[in-house]
Amino acid sequence: MKTESTDIAVSVSGLTRKFGNFVAVDNVSFDVRKGEIFGFIGPNGAGKSTTIRMLCGLLMPTSGEGRVAGYDISREQEKIKKQIGYMSQKFSLYADLTVEENINFYGGIYGLKASELKARGEWVIEMAGLTDHRRSLTGILSGGWKQRLALGCAILHEPPIIFLDEPTSGVDPISRRAFWDLIYEMSARGVTVFVTTHYMDEAEYCDRIALIYRGLVIALGTPQELKTERMSDEILDVRCENPHDAMDEIEELACVKDVALFGSGLHVVTPDASLAETEVASLLNEKGYGFDAIGRISPSLEDVFVSLIEEADSENDGGGTMREARDA
Amino acid sequence: MRDSREKASTSGLSARRVFAIARKEFTHVLRDWRSLTLALAIPVMLILLFGYALNLDVKNVPTIVYDASGTPESRDFVRLFGGSTYFTFVDRCDNHRDIARAIDRGRAMVAIVIPTDFAECVNAGRKAEIQVIVDGSDANTGRLVTGYVSAVGLIYYRNLVVKRAEQAGGGAVSMPVSVEHRAWYNPELRSTNNIIPGIIAIVMMVIAAILTSTTVAKEWELGTMEQLISTPVRVQELVVGKLTPFFVIGFLDVTVAVAMGQWIFGVPLRGNAALLFLMAAVFLIGALSTGFMISAMLKTQVLATQIALLSTYLPTLLLSGFVFAIENMPQAIRAITYFVPARYFIAIMRGIYMKGIGLDVMWFNALLLSLWALFMFALANRKLRLKLD
Repeated sequence: MKTESTDIAVSVSGLTRKFGNFVAVDNVSFDVRKGEIFGFIGPNGAGKSTTIRMLCGLLMPTSGEGRVAGYDISREQEKIKKQIGYMSQKFSLYADLTVEENINFYGGIYGLKASELKARGEWVIEMAGLTDHRRSLTGILSGGWKQRLALGCAILHEPPIIFLDEPTSGVDPISRRAFWDLIYEMSARGVTVFVTTHYMDEAEYCDRIALIYRGLVIALGTPQELKTERMSDEILDVRCENPHDAMDEIEELACVKDVALFGSGLHVVTPDASLAETEVASLLNEKGYGFDAIGRISPSLEDVFVSLIEEADSENDGGGTMREARDA
Repeated sequence: MRDSREKASTSGLSARRVFAIARKEFTHVLRDWRSLTLALAIPVMLILLFGYALNLDVKNVPTIVYDASGTPESRDFVRLFGGSTYFTFVDRCDNHRDIARAIDRGRAMVAIVIPTDFAECVNAGRKAEIQVIVDGSDANTGRLVTGYVSAVGLIYYRNLVVKRAEQAGGGAVSMPVSVEHRAWYNPELRSTNNIIPGIIAIVMMVIAAILTSTTVAKEWELGTMEQLISTPVRVQELVVGKLTPFFVIGFLDVTVAVAMGQWIFGVPLRGNAALLFLMAAVFLIGALSTGFMISAMLKTQVLATQIALLSTYLPTLLLSGFVFAIENMPQAIRAITYFVPARYFIAIMRGIYMKGIGLDVMWFNALLLSLWALFMFALANRKLRLKLD
């Protein structure tokens, strides 16, 4: 039965979850290959956690199908739970237990034998850098430590598939980087990693990403594919004086779709970069904004997502939500 | 996946998992002074409080006497009251206004008024009427005191009849009929003997239900439940693992309670201690499961604790036969008491404590108690859902 899909770890088709009238996840379909780092990217409330919870067997789908490690997510949750490690969005270890007590607890829950638990426990403590804090209460640890310990506890039983729900939210950049090193390490050993995030730089670290917005997957592919193929518009990077004021004026140009502040300059979205380049330059000269440079750049993932979300919003006759989405 | 793990998890309850959960739960309790207090100090306090304050015996009732007769006969009569431990004379007076004032101010609970013609009536063999005024605002004491006064009146009457007969007939005379009281199982009719077994039931029911009422809700509130249900842990493993530490604590409480009854309140345990602890274990399982079920259903700690307290404390206190005898309740209320599990437990406890009887007599109570415990345990398992919604 699994001959055709032996290299598929997670497979979802038409997955839908409603809460009353609200459709949290809307007819979502995708496949995740074994050993892949699959990123689920989207603003808060887009349906990332709801999807991951259904895949982990914590939440029943309203309709649609899904298989994790070959097991049905609506009927075989018990079997799925033995094959996965899950790290929920909220810190979910016991703050009043020590590092070792948390590890021993989850080791026991995963049915590890004493010898296995000892070895794996040491691995977790070392991996999380908690050698000097093994008897500290978990509640007093910093965010980065907590997060690595939580990951360690979720993979004590060496599951082939790992689900991480916004694992790096609220963690400092150094810890985030270290955390991604761990993810790479596991992926290199053949572990499938399904991770949700709303950090764009983290999206770049994934093998493939799905952009989810308002419950819908609106783009799916490698970061490179999304940047080159899904982006029909081009991006101009404009370095000028008073970018905040200039922004409103540039937005008035007919050949410009959108302007956004980006670092110390502006990103101008346009269907025709060469035309826009001359028009923006003449506008800035005319109005007396001094400028250093105007040049065409390849879009970042953030540019791609913002433009895709805008597209989705205009199809949905919605305005205004784009900026919320970008802030999130 | 290694084979050993596969096997451990396919064959029902995994001992390893149950142990891991029980150990973790124990650690939670030991690290939290609030739950420790609730588990160990509150039961002791409750037993002391109930044991000393809830004394239904009436002794040394403050009594005021208005002896309008002022004769040797009336003094004889009054002396009978003074000789009993039930009454203590606080004052004498010579008008009704003083009596009213003494009772209003709570200085006296009982007033005995002897009419001016008391001696005449007695000597003439006519009926002498004694007036007894009782402070009825405390109905229980009032009722008991009225009984005592009547008893004293009877004694006086008996003495009088015997004396008369002796004077008339010369020889010793005895009453044709004499009623001798003997209270079995509790010869001194000490209410403490009755109360302590009841207190043990109340304390166990309330403490056990409150202890477990937070155990699931807390994990939902903290978000640890979501992590826990992503593991292969099973419902029964969570229920058994989480109840085990509280069962141990509850059993410790029972032991302390029985010891306190024995050595602080001097309540003798006549029957089989092993049976008592066995029945306590059954009762405990039911009470712990009740709290657990409430916790699993409500998912919020504050609400779960309040519901656990309300749903166990009041029915157990009022409808278990602990304070108010079930036989005296109206038919409808009496029907409700069958759904108050402490009713069966208290009956069993009193049977073991005071009568020294066993299951041969109390099997029906024991059966109903066990069925209830089994039912609540099953319900706790049923209501714990390892799913989000």
